[in-house]
Amino acid sequence: MNGLEDLYREIILDHYKNPRNQGELPVPPAHAEEGHNPLCGDEVIVYVEIGDGKVKDIKIGGQGCSISRSSASMMTTAVKGRTIEEVDELIHRFKVMMSLEESDGSKADPNAEVSLDEFGELAALQGVVKFPVRIKCATLPWNTLDLGIKKVLAG
Amino acid sequence: MENLSTPSTSNDSVGNVSVDEIRKDFPIFDRPADNRLVYLDSGASSQRPRQVLEAMDRYYSTTHANVHRGVYRIAEEATRLYEQARVELGEFIGAPNPEREIVFTKNATEALNLVSQGLGRKILTKDSAIVLTEMEHHANLVPWMILKEQIGFEIRYIPFDSQGILDLTDLDRLLDGASILGVTMIGNVLGTINPVADLARAAHSAGALLVADGAQHVPHMPTNVEELGIDLMALTGHKMLGPTGIGALWAKESILDLMMPFLGGGDMIEDVRLGGYSPNVIPYKFEAGTPPIAEAIGLGEAVRYLKGIGMENIHQHDHVLVEYAMMRIAERFGSTIKIHGPQDPALRGGLLSIEMEGVHPHDLSQVLDEYDVCVRAGHHCAKPLMKKLGVGATARASFYLYNDTKDVDALIEALAKAQAFFA
Ligand SMILES: Cc1ncc(COP(=O)(O)O)c(C=O)c1O
Repeated sequence: MNGLEDLYREIILDHYKNPRNQGELPVPPAHAEEGHNPLCGDEVIVYVEIGDGKVKDIKIGGQGCSISRSSASMMTTAVKGRTIEEVDELIHRFKVMMSLEESDGSKADPNAEVSLDEFGELAALQGVVKFPVRIKCATLPWNTLDLGIKKVLAG
Repeated sequence: MENLSTPSTSNDSVGNVSVDEIRKDFPIFDRPADNRLVYLDSGASSQRPRQVLEAMDRYYSTTHANVHRGVYRIAEEATRLYEQARVELGEFIGAPNPEREIVFTKNATEALNLVSQGLGRKILTKDSAIVLTEMEHHANLVPWMILKEQIGFEIRYIPFDSQGILDLTDLDRLLDGASILGVTMIGNVLGTINPVADLARAAHSAGALLVADGAQHVPHMPTNVEELGIDLMALTGHKMLGPTGIGALWAKESILDLMMPFLGGGDMIEDVRLGGYSPNVIPYKFEAGTPPIAEAIGLGEAVRYLKGIGMENIHQHDHVLVEYAMMRIAERFGSTIKIHGPQDPALRGGLLSIEMEGVHPHDLSQVLDEYDVCVRAGHHCAKPLMKKLGVGATARASFYLYNDTKDVDALIEALAKAQAFFA
C-alpha cells in the first residue's frame, strides 16, 4: 500500500484523529467563512479573528475527509499569531505546493521557490498531489481562509 | 496493488445465464483473474457489452448519414435504425405508442428539464403547487427550482422516515391543489423502491400528473409505464448498458401534444417564416438539431441485451447480491458500519449506501480503490437528502448483472482493510 501511505502520512492521520483548534469563535468579533467542495459535499467553516494586522485566533467547524480535516487543522497551527502578510504568503506557497509535482512524481518546476523545510508539518500533505481528486480536499480550508481574510480586510 | 477477490469461478447466475458468461461480453472486465475489476458503481454509470459497442461501430462504419433529411439509401437506413431504437426502447418500458411517445434526450437530466420547461411552464402559474420528495436526485429538484424562479409556485415535499421509506401520512394534504407529483422510482442513495403505482393513483385522484424519474429503475427492474399509471418518465442510457449522451422522456401522447417545445432549431419545426414557426409533430417537436444517432442505436442494442437476460432476472440478481452484502456487512462489522435506507433488502434496489464509523467515505473509497474495488463516495447529487441523513457524504456500492458474490466478498475484505488502516 505504498501509494496510500504516501497519501495518509502518520502526521495527517494524527491531525485527523486529534484535530487542533476545532470549534467555533463568537461572531463578531470573529468572522465565519464557509467553504464547500461541490463534488463531494465536504464543508468547512473557518472562524477567524483578525486584529492588529494579525490572525489573533482561528477555529474550524464543518465536516470532511481526513485530508481536508487534517489540512485545516495544520493550517490553524501554521497561521495562528502570524501577520496577514505572512499568512497571505503561506496560503500562496501552499497552493503552489499542491501543484508542484506532476502525477508521476516528477518536479514540474525545479526552480519553484518553495522549500518544503519551511512548511514543517504541512509538507506531509505533499503526497496529496499524486491523487488529483484529493487536491481540492487539501486546498478547501486554505481557499476558505483566504476568502475570509479578504472579506474582513474589505470591511 | 493487491487484489482481494478469489480467482475461482462462482456459480452465480442471472436467470439461467452465469455471471462469468455475462462478464465475457464486457470488454472492461477482460483482465487476468488475479486482477479482477470489482466494479460496484453501476448506479452512477454502468459498463457496456461489446454488442452495444459493435452496433455503434457498425453504424458509423457502414451507415452514417443525418436522419430525417437525405433521400439517399444510407440516410434512409440511418433514419430507420434511429426510429427502430425509439420503438424498441418504447416497447421495453410498456409505452402504448412507442413511435410517438419516446423523445430522445441527452440523459435523464435533460428529460426532466424538458418536463419542467415544456410541461411545467405550460400548466403552472404562480398560484400552483407541485409535490416532490425529499429523496430526489438534483435532476428532479433543480429544474423545478429554476422554473419556480421564473414563474413562482409552491414546491411541497413528501418526507421519508428513518428507514428511508416515503412517509405518505400527509399525502392527501400535500397533493391538495397540486398539479404535478414528481418522484424517483428508486432512490439513488437510499436504494428505496418507491410505491409508484400508489403514488400515481393518489396523484390522479387529486388531479395531478405523475412525473417519474426512472434513472435507477428502468435499468434494474421490469418497468411498465401503463401498468404503473405513470404520466411522464425520464430515463438515461448510460446506466442501462447504453452509451453516454442518450436518454429519453416518455410521456403520454396527449401530454406531449400539450407541452411547449423546449429547444428550438432544425428538425423540431414544421414550418418557419420570418414572423414565426409552427412546431413539428411529436416526438420530433422536442428533438431539435441533429440527434445522437449512434447513441440511440447503441441504446436500442442495450435494450435488446437486457431483454435477452430478462429484467425480472436482473432484479432478482440485484436482490440476491444486496441481501448477501447486507448479511456479510452485519456479520463482519456489526454496528461499525451503518447501512442507510430500508433494512429489509426486499424493499431495495441493487444499491447500498454505507457509513463506516471513524472513516470518511472519501477515505474509504480511496482505500477500496487500492484493491480495485470501485465504489462511489460523495453526496450523490442529493444534497437535501444528505442533510436530512445528517451526513456530508456516503460511500455507495451498486450492483448489476455482471457482479457476483465474489465482488461482494472483495468489497467486504477491502472494507476490513480500510477499517484496519484508519483504526
Ligand atoms: C435517480 C437519478 N435521477 C437522475 C439521474 C441523472 O442521470 P443523468 O446524469 O444521466 O442525467 C441519476 C444519475 O445519477 C439518478 O440516479
